[in-house]
Amino acid sequence: MLVSIYRYNPEKDEAPYMQDYDIAIPAGKDLMVLDVLNLVKEQDSSVAYRRSCREGVCGSDGMNINGKNGLACITPISEATKGKNDKLILRPLPGMPVIRDLVIDMAVFYKQYESIKPYLDNDTPAPAIERLQSPEERAKLDGLYECILCACCSTSCPSFWWNPEKFVGPAGLLQAYRFLADTRDTSTQERLAELDDPFSVFRCRGIMNCVNVCPKGLNPTRAIGHIRNMLLQREI
Amino acid sequence: MVASITNLGRSGLYDWVIQRTTAVILAVYTLFLLGFVIAHPDLQYSDWQGLFSCTAMKIASLLALVSICAHGWVGMWTIATDYIHATGIRFLFLLVVAAFVFVYLVWGIDILWGA
Repeated sequence: MLVSIYRYNPEKDEAPYMQDYDIAIPAGKDLMVLDVLNLVKEQDSSVAYRRSCREGVCGSDGMNINGKNGLACITPISEATKGKNDKLILRPLPGMPVIRDLVIDMAVFYKQYESIKPYLDNDTPAPAIERLQSPEERAKLDGLYECILCACCSTSCPSFWWNPEKFVGPAGLLQAYRFLADTRDTSTQERLAELDDPFSVFRCRGIMNCVNVCPKGLNPTRAIGHIRNMLLQREI
Repeated sequence: MVASITNLGRSGLYDWVIQRTTAVILAVYTLFLLGFVIAHPDLQYSDWQGLFSCTAMKIASLLALVSICAHGWVGMWTIATDYIHATGIRFLFLLVVAAFVFVYLVWGIDILWGA
């Protein structure tokens, strides 16, 4: 199989370039993209990429696979090359500074995540054991808490490409809603006040690239819609 | 919280509501005009003049004119802040858009209510 990989080492290269590798795929096996990358690494140890859990839990190996963002460890090559020729093209997640090859600088992504205060804030006296929730209240967090911060969604979003410093991005906003929807959090009004500017939430144009690429099947656009509704109800 | 001094409504929510509301107004106005044209296959200048000399139509047209100005500003502001990152050029671009919006508004009012 022909594997084309984005290569860039700022210490050596003047500009990024694509490098092709011919990789022998074991017959009858549908490897994951990460397995293919590991085979490339055996051929050329200078190829750099992030990986850790290799099972779609850590979110380290988010990359652009044949034009679509995804996790290399849970994307089978059959799926990545479906409807295309038998070539695997791997690039770093788009719109972010490249540190080297497929490794990007995620500082701005984490800065936006930090901006939404991703922790429970409760100003009532702490109970003896724990703050209880009903099953219904807990169910509101389903589809939100599962985010692994792989950045596949935010880096597929043009609004995030153009304004990464101002627009929180789908991943950050999914988490913003996760804490807005949590009955154990008492800072709802303060959280909403922080989001009521023309950029943080409202730069989302609803094109749903985030939903299309999320490897966990989550729906940031719906969460953003819920935040908009909360802001609307607060003002009307 | 990201501060901005050039957007229309002072907050993201206001801009969002303004854009949606004006979109509905413009859609209704356009559909009405389209319906009028379809309902009058032999449309004459006198029919057209009759329609626009009616006070209700003048009010609706003025509402549509104000709506298109507000809608246009929110949209152009969004485009400018997405694609033009050099502050000076963006400010200049917004100034030109503001001038156009103002001219169209005054001109439109003159056409509707002028002598």
